[in-house]
Amino acid sequence: MSALTALALFIGRIGRHSALQPAGPPAERINGLWWLMFWCLTGVFILVLGALALALVSSHRRRLREPATPPAGATDPATERRMTRAVGGAIGLTVILLFVLLVASIATGRSISPLSAPKDALEVEVVGHQWWWQFEYADPDPSRIVSTANELHIPVGRAVKLRLTSRDVIHSFWVPNLNGKMDLIPGRNADTWIQADRPGVYRGQCAEFCGHQHAHMALEVIADPPERFDAWLAAQRQAAPLPASPLAQRGQQVFLSSSCPLCHAVQGTTAGSGVGPDLTHVASRRTLAAGTLPNNRGNLAGWILDPQSIKPGNRMPPTALSPADLEALLAYLESLR
Amino acid sequence: MSLGAVPEAVPESWGPEPPDSDLDDLDVKARRELEATWRSPSGLLGWLTETSHTALGKRYIVTAFVFFALGGIEALLMRLQLARPENTVLGADLYNQVFTMHGSTMMFLFAVPVMLGMGLYLVPLMIGTRNLAFPRLNAYSYYAYLLGGLLLYGAFFLNVGPDAGWFAYVPLAGPDYSPGKRVDVWAQMITFTELSSLAAAVNLITTIFKHRAPGMSLNRIPLFVWSILVTSFMVVFAMPAVMSSSLFLALDRLVDTHFFNPAEGGDAILWQHLFWFFGHPEVYIIFLPATGMVSAIIVAFTRRPAFGYTALVLSLVATAFIGFGLWVHHMFATGLPQLGQSFFTAASIMIVVPSGTQIFCWLATLWGGRVRFKTPLLYVLGFIAIFVLGGLTGVMLAAVPLDLQVHDTFFVVAHFHYVLIGGAVFPLLGGITFWFPKMTGRLMSERLGKLGFGLVFLGFNLTFFPMHQLGLEGMPRRVYTYLPETGWGDLNLLATVGAGILGLGVLVFVLNALWSLRFGEVAGGDPWGADGLEWSTASPPAPYNFFHLPTVRGRYARWVQDEDQPVVVGLRTDRREVLVTRTLDAEPDHRDILPGPSGWPLALALTTGVTFIGGIFTPWALPWGVLLTGLALIGWFWPQTDMGRTVLKEKS
Repeated sequence: MSALTALALFIGRIGRHSALQPAGPPAERINGLWWLMFWCLTGVFILVLGALALALVSSHRRRLREPATPPAGATDPATERRMTRAVGGAIGLTVILLFVLLVASIATGRSISPLSAPKDALEVEVVGHQWWWQFEYADPDPSRIVSTANELHIPVGRAVKLRLTSRDVIHSFWVPNLNGKMDLIPGRNADTWIQADRPGVYRGQCAEFCGHQHAHMALEVIADPPERFDAWLAAQRQAAPLPASPLAQRGQQVFLSSSCPLCHAVQGTTAGSGVGPDLTHVASRRTLAAGTLPNNRGNLAGWILDPQSIKPGNRMPPTALSPADLEALLAYLESLR
Repeated sequence: MSLGAVPEAVPESWGPEPPDSDLDDLDVKARRELEATWRSPSGLLGWLTETSHTALGKRYIVTAFVFFALGGIEALLMRLQLARPENTVLGADLYNQVFTMHGSTMMFLFAVPVMLGMGLYLVPLMIGTRNLAFPRLNAYSYYAYLLGGLLLYGAFFLNVGPDAGWFAYVPLAGPDYSPGKRVDVWAQMITFTELSSLAAAVNLITTIFKHRAPGMSLNRIPLFVWSILVTSFMVVFAMPAVMSSSLFLALDRLVDTHFFNPAEGGDAILWQHLFWFFGHPEVYIIFLPATGMVSAIIVAFTRRPAFGYTALVLSLVATAFIGFGLWVHHMFATGLPQLGQSFFTAASIMIVVPSGTQIFCWLATLWGGRVRFKTPLLYVLGFIAIFVLGGLTGVMLAAVPLDLQVHDTFFVVAHFHYVLIGGAVFPLLGGITFWFPKMTGRLMSERLGKLGFGLVFLGFNLTFFPMHQLGLEGMPRRVYTYLPETGWGDLNLLATVGAGILGLGVLVFVLNALWSLRFGEVAGGDPWGADGLEWSTASPPAPYNFFHLPTVRGRYARWVQDEDQPVVVGLRTDRREVLVTRTLDAEPDHRDILPGPSGWPLALALTTGVTFIGGIFTPWALPWGVLLTGLALIGWFWPQTDMGRTVLKEKS
């Protein structure tokens, strides 16, 4: 019963965040392989359970039918011969089925490998940190490299090749709707590729245990039509504008004179550290703390003052600020669009 | 219970222990002397110097079940924490410790020891001898195991429980990202338990090869004994890999070597290769003894020989070989070259063939037999249903593209619980129910047994089936919480409810065992009418197991024996003599004297304990520990000219 109920749930659920809702070619191909395997193996499962049920019925009937119990260990040669044929046949079918699945698996594997990514792919470097994601959009001109955090913008319909590495421990990049996962390993580079054929926001999460806040290391892939993506990329290339309002100007001073620049960078100011996420365009992002909080004024304030109660053990220390300083700082950060 | 009708096929003349009145005076005297020679001393000292395989085997099993309970409580805590999004039952730090403890406990302190413990208890009885080949080594391996477990839990209760996961990936488990002593405790626990398993494996291999009853040639060894033999060989080849990797890790952490430090030319992936070269065979080390139990139970409850004995044995051997060629399928997401991945996909899929062969042979045995639906058989039927499903999701995981999607998610959590609980715990619970009368002299209650089985089966599927879907929906494993927007809440709640039912089922099983210990129906030598030699001893067996060592003329010893099956005579009863037979055909070769009770195993375990536990804190533990260990070994190997003759002296 439980299995049936669960099976109904299993097939019927449709989530926005799912390996079975592919949004691009690699995930599509894996999805195809999944359903091939699912139906083949479900068939096998039903056959085996059916054979088990028949075996029990036959065995039970034999016991009831016989007037006197024969000595333990007795067998009937004719039955044995029949069973030898049945078992031999079952093993043969198993081998054939496994061979078919093996070929399907290897073919799918080739089609999703980074080597088979289209040549015109956009290249992005992904760096894992405890516990956030850094995305760097490559460019031959170093001043045009864009670095952002926890939010990967990609153009719809174009392959994106990801070069993965880590600065600390092993993480794993996984956006189920777009492709399978690939590990980010310190001292190594691994490649994978994704592609979204529909605009949308695709959630992903670190899939290799990476310490305390492994649970709060999410990311979003935002797929936009190419022209919107280009506009976004152009905007990201800009340095932070000078704060316009007096409050924001004070906020910038608060930012630069407190501990913030020890870890964070804002292009166009003296803050240039790469320990934490680049904040040049922090206000344009949808979430804070690697997908943990929606990015709004209240959450930003809470995160600055007491990050440890929101995401215990993360690398950001609490910052004590007077209400006036906090308000100024928030105004400044919200101007970093 | 209708047990009276069962053993009609077994001649009463060749039963377990004939009463004194049936024996002549010489035999009565011989039996008294055997009893005096093989009895363990009583009292605390006797307990600490115990070398009997039945006593130590039971100790292994009971200890392992205590750890099973602890690991189960940890599982329930995790399920409580995950029942709702953003729950606060356990915080991140405690959750990470708890899931590490759960995995380490279940793998290293429960599953492997309990399977080896069943082997250590049953093998000498099944092959017709009086003890294991190395009785003191058996005691040593038990104490090493116990110390490893106490170290882990002592540390956990002092808030120094490891928190880097049961496979402790570097660099997270390395000195830079796991400061403190938590991971060191884990690494040394590994060293303890692996040492213990190695010792047990060597002991079992030697016993099985050299101490079989005359006539029990290799092709007549009971299937359970075959499974233990193959498992022991796997232990011998797999454990050194993890012992060396845990040693490298300890060195990286203690004396700043750089085996795994990429910044200094070490390699983080090296750890994964070494660990999984052990870690995948480990699964089969747990699973193969369970298949032996399945075979034994099916044969007993269908009252017919196992269909395809040769195929079953070859499947065990094939599984053991192929099991060493799949470890990379745990590492598909590290971005290894395509061709290599395809090789490991093929190997992983290939292992379905021996496993499938076993399943088909069991189905055929059931088909051709006369099945009796007792609790042990119910567990076997549950095993078939659950294990087959777990095996099929295993085929999916062997395919690289699917693995890349569901690797390290709850899909994998579901998969390995289907194969490990379904493949090992179900047969184990069936096996305990089956051999409980042999170990204790009393049968477990059928009614409670069936209730427990029903709850375990239902609870198990409710807990783990929904996890397949959670994994596909993107829920990674080892997360201490999740956001409500993910939509994972309802299935997690269902899994938590299931876990409660599963826990209740295990509780019923344990209560049944405790109740039956005192009030269960008295079993007699052979309550099931089964085939194995172990059923021709008293229940529980006398300290010397068999009054006369038996001989064997077929695979199913008790079903094919002659009316006047000969027994072995001529072994001395005034010292611990056993018969050593040839490896292939089990022809009698010579007599051997086994050592009796000794305190040295405990002493040696304590000195190795000082070495390993001291090694967590200072490198100087090594030289001092080696010195102490050397002293204990000198004591252990001190020549005993009068070995086994003390009893004679006492009497004269």
